Amino acid sequence: MSTFLGMPSLPVFGSGNLHATESFAKAARHELGNGQLRANLGHATHTIRDKRLKVVSELPDWEQLRDAGSAIKESVMARLPELLEQFEEKFTARGGVIHWARDADEANDIVTRLIRETGETEVVKVKSMATQEIGLNEYLEEQGISAFETDLAELIVQLDHDKPSHILVPAIHKNRTEIRDIFLREMPGADPALTDDPAMLAMAARAHLRRKFLNAKVAVSGANFALADSGTLAVVESEGNGRMCLTLPDTLITVMGVEKLLPTWQDLEVFMQLLPRSSTGERMNPYTSLWTGVTEGDGPQNVHLVLLDNGRSAALADEMGRSALHCIRCSACMNVCPVYERTGGHAYGSTYPGPIGAILSPLLTGIQSEENSSLPYASSLCGACFDACPVKINIPDILVHLRSVDVDSKRGMKKVPSQMDAGMKAASWALSSGKRLGLIEKGLPIGRLAAGPDKKITKLPGIAAGWTQSRDIPAPPAQSFRSWWAKEHRSPDVKEAPAPTQQKEDQA
Amino acid sequence: MRIALFATCIVDAMYPRTAQATVSILERLGHEVVFPPAQACCGQMHVNSGYLKEALPVVANHVEAFSSDDYDVAVAPSGSCVASVKHQHPMVARSCGDTALEARAAAVGSRTYELSELLVDVLGVTDAGAQLGSYFPHRVTYHPSCHGMRLLRLGDRQSRLLRSVTGIDLAELPEADQCCGFGGTFSMKNADVSSAMLADKTASIAATGAALCTGGDASCLMHIGGGLSRQGSAVTTLHLAEILASTVDSPASVVGDVRVTTGKATR
Repeated sequence: MSTFLGMPSLPVFGSGNLHATESFAKAARHELGNGQLRANLGHATHTIRDKRLKVVSELPDWEQLRDAGSAIKESVMARLPELLEQFEEKFTARGGVIHWARDADEANDIVTRLIRETGETEVVKVKSMATQEIGLNEYLEEQGISAFETDLAELIVQLDHDKPSHILVPAIHKNRTEIRDIFLREMPGADPALTDDPAMLAMAARAHLRRKFLNAKVAVSGANFALADSGTLAVVESEGNGRMCLTLPDTLITVMGVEKLLPTWQDLEVFMQLLPRSSTGERMNPYTSLWTGVTEGDGPQNVHLVLLDNGRSAALADEMGRSALHCIRCSACMNVCPVYERTGGHAYGSTYPGPIGAILSPLLTGIQSEENSSLPYASSLCGACFDACPVKINIPDILVHLRSVDVDSKRGMKKVPSQMDAGMKAASWALSSGKRLGLIEKGLPIGRLAAGPDKKITKLPGIAAGWTQSRDIPAPPAQSFRSWWAKEHRSPDVKEAPAPTQQKEDQA
Repeated sequence: MRIALFATCIVDAMYPRTAQATVSILERLGHEVVFPPAQACCGQMHVNSGYLKEALPVVANHVEAFSSDDYDVAVAPSGSCVASVKHQHPMVARSCGDTALEARAAAVGSRTYELSELLVDVLGVTDAGAQLGSYFPHRVTYHPSCHGMRLLRLGDRQSRLLRSVTGIDLAELPEADQCCGFGGTFSMKNADVSSAMLADKTASIAATGAALCTGGDASCLMHIGGGLSRQGSAVTTLHLAEILASTVDSPASVVGDVRVTTGKATR
């Protein structure tokens, strides 16, 4: 099959579980009201944060590794069509079968057809973001096929009929007591004496999953990396449950975003240092599975790969936003994000929460799809995510870029400009001239009057009411600095200034 | 040295004492301060809200106001506004297709400094007590604002200066590197999340037992101070420049319930 990437003249946007269905601000309000959620999240994110910092600080060449990771990914994006064709050729030569999927529907159809061809109605699953993104489990269920998640946290979320709220720790919003209750309620044959001791919970899950592994004929996985020079796929996981799925069944179907390619085996060495330290705070990844096509008499004999676009070509076409495709799904950005820490992942709607989700989701779906235009505003632009990102995605700059895409896409669409539009226009006029700002500042005493005897403003109308919901504004001064400078500042007799110290080169 | 002061719009209109303090510090070191009168604002509110087209005239005004050979370096008592001048101005000009403005903006950015950066890196201030006569006998905690910390990489420049103020009792702020939740229009568009972040910040500040919280950005301090005021806290905020400018003879005027430990400090 030949490559059709980049062929359509209009971007094909992504579909599936990539949408916020209510605005982030609204969704965040519900989540903030959940005290248990905030306690669980605060505890979990701080623990992973500290672990990551510790293992990252051990590496003297961490910054060079980040640079290397970023450079490799940049070159992949620049040569994507060529690398995909190279990968297809190698993977096919080793007995694998490649399928190309433009969007979620196409990918779901392909996977369903491949499972039907085996005659099976049950599949085991390796934890995978791509299949969450396309909503594969729900789709398969509609087609009468049961998909069992085997990653412990995904299993918890699936048993609870819930949605993952974190890309690495999908059940981060649940504590162990809640997990015990879910197992007792939903897991067939769970011991009624089950406690919330983590070891006991793990043993219960193990017994439950072992039955699934031994009976499974078909497995569905994602992939963390694909190596173009050898046609190899890689899955990186911590539990070994993925390894079971990748080796025991006869048929293995992998769904992978086209951006996951790396040019060569050697490039993997950079990412195998960056990924575990950034994601779980581990020095080395526990289970790294690599497979190249079919090996006769060993492992799955029917090996398929569905290469998924689902908006990635559209994201690649955005010059400012395309580096979001460098993401290796480590989750370091959400673990350090002060917004994610308080709202949790569900507030972002999409499979991809946190800072990376706030840029990736609207890039994949187009900014005006459902409520995704609210996502780029879900950040104070504090920059902690950029510092933590192992492949140096400048998330704050892309957030600002997407805000401008949002603002520009709405220009001329509204009959009446929003308060924000009107305010920004007026502020642009006032703040683009010292004279005009000076004139406006003459009105400061009126603000002083409005503040009253307690010298603070406690209630503002319109969008500014958001500010006064939890903060006062001090009474303005009697005069501006500009006015004081013009009237009262007298330059002192300038003494001989102390000799300036050598300016540092990086400051010049 | 001739130093051009970029007061920033929020300091100019709301916190003139911060700019006066900046002038006072620089003049004390024997430098001449000029105030380019055409200046207004860096425009980051527009940029960060996605209004690049509206940001362009604001950026152009700033570049024009500071494109003069009449001064050696420019300084602003704000990490955030300096980061905007350095990083956002060329970007806004580029995305609006004005390459000439982009080049001029980059030139202005290259000689614009945040206050602590200028004091430490260029003017060689290592001991504020000895070199500036800074005197501030209060228990203070310090919030390092995000843009100074992460965009300008100010490191410990501000806290080192504070530590060297005579009489100061500097209390370490728990979780100091966490954002206060301001984020410009984020505080209004996502008021609930912003307020939750602010509540944690003010709780950290209260835990230090400090009489006031200082920092290098008036906007973050207005946010934190606004929260403290709403909560009825006696703790107030004060810009770093005002602490550095405070002396035995001319102490910073501190509002609120600050325990006075010297006859000269005013309430």
